[in-house]
Amino acid sequence: MLSSVAERVYWLGRYLERIENSARLMDVYSSMLFDLPGTTDIGWGVLLDITGERENYASKEGRIDEMPVLKFLIADQSNYSSIFSCMKLLRENARTTREVIPAEAWEQINDLYLDTKASIGSSMGRQARRNLYDTIISDCQRLGGLLSSCMSHNTAYTFIQIGRGIERADMTTRIVDVGSISLLPAFKKYGQVGHYMEPFENVVWMNILRSLSAYQAYRQHIHNRVKGAEVVRFLLQDEEFPRAVNYSLSALNRYLEQLPNHEEVQRAVLRVKRITCDAKVYSLLEKGLLDFIDELQISIADIHDELSKTWFGPVEEPELIEAVVVPKAIKKTGSKKTTAVKTMSKVPAKAKAKAPAKTKSKAPVKAKAKSSPKAKAKSKARPKSAAKAPAKKAARKK
Amino acid sequence: MKIDWKSYHHDDFYDEIISSSGRPQPGASTLTKYLASMKPEELKQRKDSVADAIKTMGISFTVYSDAGNIDREWPFDIIPRIIRAKEWSATSKGLEQRLRALNCFINDLYNDRKILKDKVVPADLINNSGNYRKECEGIKPLHGVWAHVCGTDLIRGADGEFYVLEDNLRVPSGVSYMLENRNVTKRVFPELFENYNIQPITEYPSQLFDTLADISPTPKDYPEVVVLTPGIYNSAYFEHSFLAQRMGAELVQGSDLVVENDHVFMKTINGLSPVDVIYRRIDDLFIDPSVFNPESTLGVKGLMGAWLKGNVGLANAPGAGVADDKIIYTYVPQIIKYYLDEDPILPNVPSYICSDKAQMQHVLQNLDKLVVKPANESGGYGMLMGPQASKKEREEFARKIRANPRNYMAQPLISLSTAPILGDNGVEPRHLDLRPFVLQGSKSYVTAGGLTRVAMVKGSYVVNSSQGGGSKDTWVVEDTK
Repeated sequence: MLSSVAERVYWLGRYLERIENSARLMDVYSSMLFDLPGTTDIGWGVLLDITGERENYASKEGRIDEMPVLKFLIADQSNYSSIFSCMKLLRENARTTREVIPAEAWEQINDLYLDTKASIGSSMGRQARRNLYDTIISDCQRLGGLLSSCMSHNTAYTFIQIGRGIERADMTTRIVDVGSISLLPAFKKYGQVGHYMEPFENVVWMNILRSLSAYQAYRQHIHNRVKGAEVVRFLLQDEEFPRAVNYSLSALNRYLEQLPNHEEVQRAVLRVKRITCDAKVYSLLEKGLLDFIDELQISIADIHDELSKTWFGPVEEPELIEAVVVPKAIKKTGSKKTTAVKTMSKVPAKAKAKAPAKTKSKAPVKAKAKSSPKAKAKSKARPKSAAKAPAKKAARKK
Repeated sequence: MKIDWKSYHHDDFYDEIISSSGRPQPGASTLTKYLASMKPEELKQRKDSVADAIKTMGISFTVYSDAGNIDREWPFDIIPRIIRAKEWSATSKGLEQRLRALNCFINDLYNDRKILKDKVVPADLINNSGNYRKECEGIKPLHGVWAHVCGTDLIRGADGEFYVLEDNLRVPSGVSYMLENRNVTKRVFPELFENYNIQPITEYPSQLFDTLADISPTPKDYPEVVVLTPGIYNSAYFEHSFLAQRMGAELVQGSDLVVENDHVFMKTINGLSPVDVIYRRIDDLFIDPSVFNPESTLGVKGLMGAWLKGNVGLANAPGAGVADDKIIYTYVPQIIKYYLDEDPILPNVPSYICSDKAQMQHVLQNLDKLVVKPANESGGYGMLMGPQASKKEREEFARKIRANPRNYMAQPLISLSTAPILGDNGVEPRHLDLRPFVLQGSKSYVTAGGLTRVAMVKGSYVVNSSQGGGSKDTWVVEDTK
């Protein structure tokens, strides 16, 4: 399989998973805010932190409020992490790999894009958003089913699943993040963990489980009432639930073994698996999960770097070599710079590489690149297709 | 929007569906009756469902504009065009004949140049041709074939006969739309397929694969064939991807390929993997920056070397474009006679070449009646439509012709045939042409019908999709039913 095609179907898998999970994340967070009293004042900005978009948002919008924040995260085309932007990229990756994916998959992706485009054009009220999340989630699920039952389980399929696996692991950590961040205001109001906190905790973790369609699995497995530490442990370390980080990594590992030269990538996956499984969830919860989740997300991003070095190269552009070197520096110094790293792992650089024709895209991506040396190196390193479009234009003139 | 054939008037033009007496053309009556029997709501619903199908299937093409490149949905008219099988079989023999002769011609030009020595074609036409590639001299590709894939544009005049308007021997496009048009029609009018015996067109991708496999340097059952595209922003990207998919070939860009020791490889997740045949959809001048345009980022460094050494098959071969020059076109009847000793089956449109002084004078004096075309443009660019042009445009063109007569030829405006399209107010006639696709490897193949392109604007002759043209499904039907 061509390296360039492998890279595109890998991103197809990532965007597919990212879209579904972003819808889940926004859905759970919205419904939680309506459940928790006295939190609406800080509410919507937190969503920007979790998605790593606060800085980007601040450069465009002043006011943090329900409507502008959600519009920005769902529909804003100048935000490369918005659901709609991801959908455009999903479609673009599908359009350029039509020769390896089933025709029905392309048609569904195309429909999903066209439908979403139509619905974000009209109302964005709470009710409409709910419906939109539901539609997106079920369409993505359908697409996943279609791929698994209608596509040959070949190398292209393996790359799609690897993309989905990495993205799923990453997104689950973000959704777990919602839990701990959402409880902060209640902490502030009622002090330490105690029985005052209980009703809130319950609401929060129940919502988290529901958002990942994990409530039933949790109850069957844990036989316990819903408790924060148990939920976090379940979502991070469970070996049987498909959206749990540990499970996603095991699945990822199995797919890797079908590919040539997978050893280094596998090493990176197993490292993340160790970090996940060794976590002492109880004590982490007391200190706050944030730093731990950050560490996890950075090491998930390392898997991506390793696999792109292994299969998507060899790349002629010298900048990419730089990009491969830089992350080590970030790892040491940057673990506190949560926002930047998250932004990076949301990969705006990729957005640019995949949609180079839109000249408008340049400014915001550059602005974002400032916040992360890694993102910067990447966005420079991937002019591959971008370089081609103008060349062809010149050809036409002659 | 009920269809009423009585109110359909196509003036003096030949119409593909309704004859001059107002009755359906032979073979078309089942179609016209069926359409007339449909209720307006039903007709509208079918038309809408076509639009939906095209959207969902993502059949698109790219339009270049200052505001950026836009992916447009393929403009399609739901009423098919009908050609009788008997007529088509004669036409397709003519198309095969033409391509065979053209390939002999190209092979001769790059080798013995007999036709020039015999003064059948003037030598300076070749020496001044922008599409002649010196680098290809002395090369003898397999089967003596340079142009493996040809898109020949046919038009039908007022007399009802097919004429060849031009040959496209470089990177002709449109075949994917021909195939998709049929798929769309099957979705929309499944009933009609029961009552008609329509020749299938679906085998084109396998025929293309066979043709390409024929030029693999080492004979193999399944040689590694790749489709080389300029990239996702090319107007024909949809087609490149479509053909790769249907042939089971890899779709590559220049950056996916590398040449080492005069052999071509593609970069895969397993490392480098050898390539046998490249179906290139990039112009000659961009395929290899080390030989042609050094600024090309679309091509592959060293590709020409690999081809010259016979280590990779290239379709179409570089330099094949020398024969689709619009001036050479005027010599094709003589070329057919010269190499095959046969009379041309398909006539050319009468043409004047400006490099001939007397003919140039005629052209300049009759600019208001003629269509003037530059030798090497395609897609309808750089043309003068004399009867529709302003005085100023004609004067400007006269200057261009005088400055570079070799670069121009002129033809009388042929009254292109029409066919009904379904507009908002029922059926209306529109002008159209036909692009069949012809393949030649060790054997020849012609598509059943081809891509019918329609000028969607009333009275217009411009059928190019880049300039607002649409298309129709084209049926070659057996006469028996």
